[in-house]
Amino acid sequence: MSKLLSAKSKQVLLGPLSKNNPIMVQVLGICSALAVTAKLEPALVMGLSVTIIVALSNVIISLLRNTIPNRIRIIVQLVVVAALVTVVSEFLKAFAYDVSVQLSVYIGLIITNCILMGRLEAFAMGNKPWESFLDGLGNGIGYAWILAAVAFVRELLGSGTLLNYRIIPQSFYDAGYVNNGMMMMPPMALILVACLIWIHRAANKDLQEK
Amino acid sequence: MNTNKNSYTIIYAAVMVVVVALLLALVSGILKEKQTANVELDKKKQILSSLNISTAGQDAEALYNQYIPKAIIINYRGEVISDDRDKAFNVDIAKEMSKPLEKRELPVYLATVEGQTKYILSLRGAGLWGPIWGYISFNEDKNTVFGSYFMHASETPGLGAEIATKHFQNEFINKKIKNAENKFVSIAVVKPGQQAEGKDYVDGISGGTITSHGVDVMLMKSIGQYENFLGQVTDGGTAK
Repeated sequence: MSKLLSAKSKQVLLGPLSKNNPIMVQVLGICSALAVTAKLEPALVMGLSVTIIVALSNVIISLLRNTIPNRIRIIVQLVVVAALVTVVSEFLKAFAYDVSVQLSVYIGLIITNCILMGRLEAFAMGNKPWESFLDGLGNGIGYAWILAAVAFVRELLGSGTLLNYRIIPQSFYDAGYVNNGMMMMPPMALILVACLIWIHRAANKDLQEK
Repeated sequence: MNTNKNSYTIIYAAVMVVVVALLLALVSGILKEKQTANVELDKKKQILSSLNISTAGQDAEALYNQYIPKAIIINYRGEVISDDRDKAFNVDIAKEMSKPLEKRELPVYLATVEGQTKYILSLRGAGLWGPIWGYISFNEDKNTVFGSYFMHASETPGLGAEIATKHFQNEFINKKIKNAENKFVSIAVVKPGQQAEGKDYVDGISGGTITSHGVDVMLMKSIGQYENFLGQVTDGGTAK
């Protein structure tokens, strides 16, 4: 195990959770963070799917990294990601149809997620498969927990539910409480992400720009 | 090896494309049958859902055979063209609705729930981002809604996508599609708090205005093409 998780590997795996978070620090994958965080459930599923796909495509690109012609490397990365996403989606349709219906558009959205291209280009092209796998895992989880945090706030305040279970009791509504419709709009995701970045930077002084 | 040469780049790209294409074709080919079966099973679940029958954790196939022993295809005049149950099931309503009204072949599922006949009609329309569809079931009077089911391809979660919730669908139960003069007027989907003149209405989704309107139009157009069929009311038996 010590060899598998050397100091560098540990940094590669755990860094993206906070100090090198794809959303809060690298500011990648914002587009999907806006689209899928109105409810907690799709946010969790999206986080999980992205984690798996980033990790796998990182490994594949890392294995191919010495053969890929420099001028078409982005195209090669895109083809690998698109092929992987399509295969996963086909398997879901055959063996987990309900999940595939629930994911519907999100599966396709994974292809366009900037984190994928970002990690392939910045990490997998220059590192060994195992480290690339850890990097993909770390970034996927770093992305997933931010999505979950934003979706938690948006679903709770916007719909009064969590994972579609009613949290805010009916008596609150009878007393005049109203769901915050703004929370369901994409701009609120941006504002919440900005709040997270604010808190994160306040806590990590070394991340602040001069 | 020099990976920057033109010839290498071209060959690499060509090989990659062929390999990926073969892989995808292979995966698609192997899984096709299973996927089609899933799609059909899902359609059966959707139809059952419009009868307010939950299929969670149950054999949907068996339930479908139990509740829906018969399905027919009718034309716009309400005449039965075919009473082949499987053929009716396989009608693609989206394709039919793109044809002129006189040429359409419309499926009607005849369900038996607690000894009563229910008529299930197929719905198809457009939401904000993509298609919406569903099934609606009527009591023997071909007027009162027994249950409904709506689904969408890509409506906004938390807004338009709420049409797929039972909360919204249950609003339709016991609404009538005909007015006091027995004319077809459909059911309106209005902004919460507003009313519709001369017909039954339900509250739309706050913030999902365009999708709600899509449901309104879908009901009007989809049920509208069955107007003649819905006009034939017999005492319990099947309309001939």
